[in-house]
Amino acid sequence: MSSVAPHISRTAIPASPGNTRQPIYALVGNPNCGKSTLFNALTGMKQKVGNYPGVTVEKRVGTAYSQHGQQMTVIDLPGAYSLAARSPDEAVTRDVLLGRRADTQMPDRILCIVDATNLERNLYLLHQILDLGRPVIVVLNMMDLAAAAGLDIRVARLEHELGIPVIACEAVNGRGVIELKVAMSRTDLPLSRHAWDIPAPIAPAVAELQASLIANDRKPPLIARAEALLLLTDQDSLRVAGSTPLSNQTHEILRGWQERWEADGTDWAGTLVNSRYDVIGRIAHDVALRRGTVGPSTSDKIDAYATHPVWGWLTLGAIMTLLFFSIFTLAEYPMNFIDGQMAALADWVKARMAAGDLRDLITDGAIAGVGGVIIFLPQILILFFFIGLLESTGYMARAAFIMDRLMSRVGLNGKSFIPLLSSYACAIPGIMATRTIEDHKDRLVTILVAPLMSCSARLPVYLLMIAALVPGDRVPIMTKVGIMLLMYALGTLGAFGFAWLFKRTLLKGAPPVMIMELPPYRLPGIKDVVLHMLERAWIFLRRAGTVILGISIVLWFLSAYPKAPDGMNEQQQLAQSFAGMAGHALEPAIKPLGFDWQIGIGLISSFAAREVFVSTMGVVFNVEGDGEDTTPLRQALLEARWPDGAPLFTPLVCFTLMVFYVFAMQCISTIAVVKRETNSWRWPMFQLAYMTGTAWILSFIVYQTGRALGY
Amino acid sequence: MKLSELPAGASAIIREFPKSGSAFLRLREMGLIAGTQVTLIRTAPLGDPLEIKLRGYHLTLRKSEAEHVVVERLAT
Repeated sequence: MSSVAPHISRTAIPASPGNTRQPIYALVGNPNCGKSTLFNALTGMKQKVGNYPGVTVEKRVGTAYSQHGQQMTVIDLPGAYSLAARSPDEAVTRDVLLGRRADTQMPDRILCIVDATNLERNLYLLHQILDLGRPVIVVLNMMDLAAAAGLDIRVARLEHELGIPVIACEAVNGRGVIELKVAMSRTDLPLSRHAWDIPAPIAPAVAELQASLIANDRKPPLIARAEALLLLTDQDSLRVAGSTPLSNQTHEILRGWQERWEADGTDWAGTLVNSRYDVIGRIAHDVALRRGTVGPSTSDKIDAYATHPVWGWLTLGAIMTLLFFSIFTLAEYPMNFIDGQMAALADWVKARMAAGDLRDLITDGAIAGVGGVIIFLPQILILFFFIGLLESTGYMARAAFIMDRLMSRVGLNGKSFIPLLSSYACAIPGIMATRTIEDHKDRLVTILVAPLMSCSARLPVYLLMIAALVPGDRVPIMTKVGIMLLMYALGTLGAFGFAWLFKRTLLKGAPPVMIMELPPYRLPGIKDVVLHMLERAWIFLRRAGTVILGISIVLWFLSAYPKAPDGMNEQQQLAQSFAGMAGHALEPAIKPLGFDWQIGIGLISSFAAREVFVSTMGVVFNVEGDGEDTTPLRQALLEARWPDGAPLFTPLVCFTLMVFYVFAMQCISTIAVVKRETNSWRWPMFQLAYMTGTAWILSFIVYQTGRALGY
Repeated sequence: MKLSELPAGASAIIREFPKSGSAFLRLREMGLIAGTQVTLIRTAPLGDPLEIKLRGYHLTLRKSEAEHVVVERLAT
């Protein structure tokens, strides 16, 4: 029995002048094949980045112009190794190509990027793409690197084998892009005449499934054939079907065949994959000729050091130190500048507007809120510039390779390392960097624990508390450093502990794997890195920024209303505001931790950002000062008393407060980003609850134990 | 012998490959099938995962997967 060949029931969709709709091209290819670079080269700045509804997978759509100036839509689909999808990214690629997504029109034509240095594995995806029976243009990318690796790629031969246009290309320097656009402008694109014989034991099953998918699932014939092949490649039919469940009839047929094969020992999935690789091996053998033997490549030479048991750690340590150092030091200048500009802007408004609620709303609500959003930009830009560099050079995969063993102890894999490390600077870019983790559950666990890493916003709180805890300069500096390190260690332990716990309970998944390609080292494409960095920053501003701004205004309102009678100062105003009332209301809950209502106000207001705690304490204890020098504030804290005259900020309370800040989710910006990255309010709310809960419990234990020990 | 037992630098031909399991399906689609020649490049500094070379590219996998893959070592 023979199955329907991929090209009988459909002809090429002409992008003829009579056809008014602009043709839609899908850009597909393996990860690391240079797809983004080519997409940027084709579409320039004319691209839109959003999200596919319902999943956190980036949707990139751009416009390219044909040779005749006609507009063509290009969808950059996520990199995939196979249409038998394993990650949310790959599932989107599969679903768009199969026309399953209601939000994305099915592409008319497909551009399949093939890495010329890695022909066989790249041709596997192309082979599956050809099953779709749509016009395909093959882009043989990285021809220069193939030549450098001693490979002679015969482009005409591949074109002849497949019967479709094959364009040799070097996307990095734009070579071949014109030829590609010429090919894309063709109105008559041929369909591949590559005939693939489905292995005899599987063919009848493919035909039967295809017939059922057409009849019972209302799939078009060619899509039905491709779906039948996918159902037989992956053993998990639910995963293949995704959000479009199979009809009972099709499901029964599939089950029937699987049972029959299991009984007679046929490895159907293996047979299919093997037979594709058989064909591919033959094509690759004819197309790619190796010129003599080449010694170890540059990449191999670099790796001898970069993944060496001694040099590897040193390299990783040096790169991470540099990354950290730049986030902390380089970001400081623009952050101070933004801070200064925002303060100047607020002063400018204050000088020009009559005093009143509207002016306060603008200066203390809106301007402070906007400032609170853009203050994160320098760190986000720097981190993503670095991450972009690490990714485009190929080092990112090496870092994951080296760190995998350690991360596996808590059930994660090496890819969680960079996001967690970045979170020491700021959890926001760290969480945004988790997109490189394919496994949904691993990614979620990483997001959930990332804010436990002590970020730079906790530093001012730690510093103030340490200053109050060990007053005077009698104490050696090492004690202060020791306490600080203890806080960082506590947060890190907490992050790993909770990761371990979540992977065992809430987000229990398949045992983690570390199947990852180590791409050859390449010079970074600075243009692509910068574009990627700007894109991240824009996403943060647009999505998280609005939420942060909104909540900042609410927090301002809570501390500004109800209005105090005239003649009261800031301290008295805050004390009788909604925030003050909330502080009083909160006191019973935090008294067991040694905190009073005034600290309560600090906890509430620092929900905007942790460092706000310091300035709030300044207002609560009526300390004049610019915040740079904390000595007067430290004095005020030490003089603070409970109503019964007992000192408020005892060393134990200071220490407890630090422990509280290590664990508590005191950051609306992080909550907003987690909401965006997980696509629901469920996870940020869970995170808020578990972190604040842990903070309370641990603070309780610390304070009560300390009390019992007589501190 | 098992792929996980291959010393660094040694090459081998894949002889038996597990039929089921999500990780193995993916490895298979990435070209790790019976008859494929692989070279063990190195193990990570902490002993796991492994880096192998096959079909002209480098791939990592953990020992827990590699020990299910039977290979025949090639004479060097």
